[in-house]
Amino acid sequence: MNYQIVIGLEVHIELSTKSKIFCGCTTEFGGEPNTHVCPVCSGMPGVLPVLNKKVVDFAIRAGLATNCEITRYNKFDRKNYFYPDLPKAYQVSQLYLPICRNGKVEIEVNGEKKFIGIHEIHMEEDAGKLVHDPWDDCTLVDYNRCGVPLLEIVSEPDFRSADEVIAYLTKLRETMMYLGVSDCKMQEGSMRADVNISVMPMGSTKFGTRTEMKNMNSFKAIYKAINYEAQRQIELLEAGGSVVQETRRWDDNKDASFAMRSKEDAHDYRYFPEPDLLPIEISEEWINATVENMPELPEDKRRRYMTEFSLSEYDASVITSERQIAYLFEDATKICGKPKEVCNYIMGELMRLMSETATLAEEVEMSPQKIADIIELVSQGKINRSVAKEVFEAVFRDDVDPAKYVEENNLIMVDDSSLVEEIVEKVIAENPKSIEDLRAGKAKARGFIVGQTMRALKGKANPQTVNEIIDEKLSKIL
Amino acid sequence: MELKNKTALEIGQMIKNKEVSSVEVTKAMLENIKNREEKVNAFVTVFEEEAIKQAEDVQAKIESGELTSPLAGVPMGIKDNICTKDRLTTCGSKMLHNFKPPYNATVTERLENSGAIVLGKLNMDEFAMGGSTETSYFGKTTNPWDITRVPGGSSGGSAASVAAEEVLYSLGSDTGGSIRQPCSFCGVSGIKPTYGAVSRFGLVAFASSLDQIGPVGRDIRDCAEVLSIISGHDPKDSTSVKRPMFDFSTCFDGDLKGMKIGIPTNYFGEGLDEDVKKPVLEACETLKRLGAEVEEFEMDIVDYAIPTYYVLACAEASSNLSRYDGIKYGYRNRDCEDLMDVYYTSRNEGFGMEVKRRIMLGSFVLSSGYYDAYYKKGLQIRGLIKKSFDEAFSKYDMILSPVAPTTAYKIGENSSDPLKMYLGDIYTVSVNLAGIPAVSVPCGFGENGMPVGMQLIGNAFDEPKLVRAAYAFQKATDFHTKKPSMVDEKGGNR
Repeated sequence: MNYQIVIGLEVHIELSTKSKIFCGCTTEFGGEPNTHVCPVCSGMPGVLPVLNKKVVDFAIRAGLATNCEITRYNKFDRKNYFYPDLPKAYQVSQLYLPICRNGKVEIEVNGEKKFIGIHEIHMEEDAGKLVHDPWDDCTLVDYNRCGVPLLEIVSEPDFRSADEVIAYLTKLRETMMYLGVSDCKMQEGSMRADVNISVMPMGSTKFGTRTEMKNMNSFKAIYKAINYEAQRQIELLEAGGSVVQETRRWDDNKDASFAMRSKEDAHDYRYFPEPDLLPIEISEEWINATVENMPELPEDKRRRYMTEFSLSEYDASVITSERQIAYLFEDATKICGKPKEVCNYIMGELMRLMSETATLAEEVEMSPQKIADIIELVSQGKINRSVAKEVFEAVFRDDVDPAKYVEENNLIMVDDSSLVEEIVEKVIAENPKSIEDLRAGKAKARGFIVGQTMRALKGKANPQTVNEIIDEKLSKIL
Repeated sequence: MELKNKTALEIGQMIKNKEVSSVEVTKAMLENIKNREEKVNAFVTVFEEEAIKQAEDVQAKIESGELTSPLAGVPMGIKDNICTKDRLTTCGSKMLHNFKPPYNATVTERLENSGAIVLGKLNMDEFAMGGSTETSYFGKTTNPWDITRVPGGSSGGSAASVAAEEVLYSLGSDTGGSIRQPCSFCGVSGIKPTYGAVSRFGLVAFASSLDQIGPVGRDIRDCAEVLSIISGHDPKDSTSVKRPMFDFSTCFDGDLKGMKIGIPTNYFGEGLDEDVKKPVLEACETLKRLGAEVEEFEMDIVDYAIPTYYVLACAEASSNLSRYDGIKYGYRNRDCEDLMDVYYTSRNEGFGMEVKRRIMLGSFVLSSGYYDAYYKKGLQIRGLIKKSFDEAFSKYDMILSPVAPTTAYKIGENSSDPLKMYLGDIYTVSVNLAGIPAVSVPCGFGENGMPVGMQLIGNAFDEPKLVRAAYAFQKATDFHTKKPSMVDEKGGNR
């Protein structure tokens, strides 16, 4: 029998606000254990939460970008459970009135477009983290992450393949990064997903029993885990068994999932409205102000780059795939007014250097001014294009000043025709073989003459001048 | 220097007039504590050296003109569920027997900034759960009027310490009557402020939507002065209201002309002791004589107040008290096999019976399948109770009622019957559910010689009206000036 896979996702995104959701502690990743904590986020007796308004701003942004309705009257609820990484023994979250509902995100897989429904997005606080110390055989708690704001984005069970899931996650990640609401660093856990999977006979409309894998933080693992788990369920059904509703743990080293907790052991979270926080009313003005301050989303940028800057669809999509690169492109273009040139340097030089040096987009520290400066030096005829590439690399690696670098390394373009003439004559005289080849109709040999001339001029010559003089000299002897 | 029978404001004035120094008053009070604590046990912790040091500092600041508050230099006490920085804050529980918060409650901060001398931390029912101060891990507090009787609760230490003249005023907290009922039992005055008037930051939470800190004093004027210091918006408490502080300056003329007082007849029916009923109805006559118009009315919904209160308060408590898990601070059983064992044994050994009863009750009403039948219904009734108060205040300036159905009972008399204990809150809990203010002031004595208080309930932020009425009543009567005999016994003030 053929089976249909059905998947739903709960994606957690850590927000990149400066301070935590209910206190003034920093949200910075890392830090010595328990140094980013205060009485509020470590759950001391008698302390009270005060909501960071920025969290609401970010949630509204995320909701608008995923076509959600924004809930005007918001409340927080307490989710009660005991665990040492949760110092209050309850997580402040939103159950009854989540801030965003009924959204959708468009994805494309193999040229086919499809909408994934967003059931809701709610705000909540992150928990701390347990660290096992094998040396002393004890478990320690680090509360640094306690109270870091999270958005939980709950999709409808609309996915029918692992590819769709990856397309959605990629889109969501790109969107959230563009919105500036999260850095979505999966390796630091600032984006992670709970994956719900079930299978049903092809053509059926009744969903099968689902299992859940929590806290997955790499696309690769999610992809593998979905296919593994779907296969496991299908084999179970084919063998006449039935799927048990449970939470399973994906083991990336063993490429397999293992049962953790069945439905019977599920927590009763005893949700109730958080009495320490007032309801939040989101006004029309608040939403309007958020819309006004919304950064342009990648799709809009792509379209604009194609119409406004005449970039090809391919170039536009590569440049917008990372927010930092898109901004670098826009800023440099704004300064020099030459989008095509900027695009070429980014697509050619920058991408090459990033992959050679394994640099992530957010680590690129090139100033748009310096890129514009290089383009300007070329267009003023001060350097030629091959020197420009060398300068670009120096800026990328050492953040040098382009004009100064050109001067200090004596890279100014040689445009002195008498000097070029002298060199060309010398090259022709020293390479009779090439001249013979040329006479024999081997046009390639001309390139060798150009190369030798450039080399003798240390690459600094104006290629146009070089070409003109070579043509002139060759026409005399050929 | 005669310090006996003085109010906090009078002592404050004497300090200002240099008739006595803050250090002298502090030492005199510490002496009283030394002599009476064996009988009263109102304190969990006494800050003897710190208090004298504090008094010296404050005295210097009063003399330099830096401190001008009318209560600067006056010694007081703080209920032990209100945080005092680097000083024990136990909530009367083994669970927090060693807990020293690294922060002050906002009220502690405000009082100390205005020159309060903190003599120590006052005993209470464990985590403020109870009406008799019998459930404290640090022993029972007794009633200074008769030490075989309870002082009421949960702020029993706050009321008993004022009655025994161990402090000149104190802070209590009131979730369902915990300031008003012990004030009635001990013959002192107290205010349960409007929800949101006083910051709860640093008040160890029992039921967050009901808790309020308030003053206990010898008369209503002292209480009003303390309230004006501790009230006002606090950015650290999202539920504290942004509005101007109370202005009590025009409340002390003793005139009640035009004041309309409603008397809910169902507050005076079955279950009310004759010992209480008589003085409260007499007080009603006094208020009439002072110019108030009194009218009877019905307030049926209040009959649902007790179950509603216990459902909602316990639900919140079950969550608020979950943080005491033996992991971070407070009591932990060190001899555990695994994590669950740490939770079970630490909480089982760290909490007393009444606290555990309420955590279980609260966890039950929030459980899936029961939430709608209990918690949600409780919220709905809470809305109706609020509405019926709104209706009453459209007709009356305030409501007069008893504080508790009885006078102080014998120690141990109700401790084995939680339901009977809960019914003692019948006249007070609806005020917390509605989030409105009420005062408790002495209005007489029962046949048994124990004090009786009356309750005046006002609309939200109508504290000045309540203070005006209570002041007029105290100006016309002398119940609040009566003292238990222990105050006159040897070892009293110099």
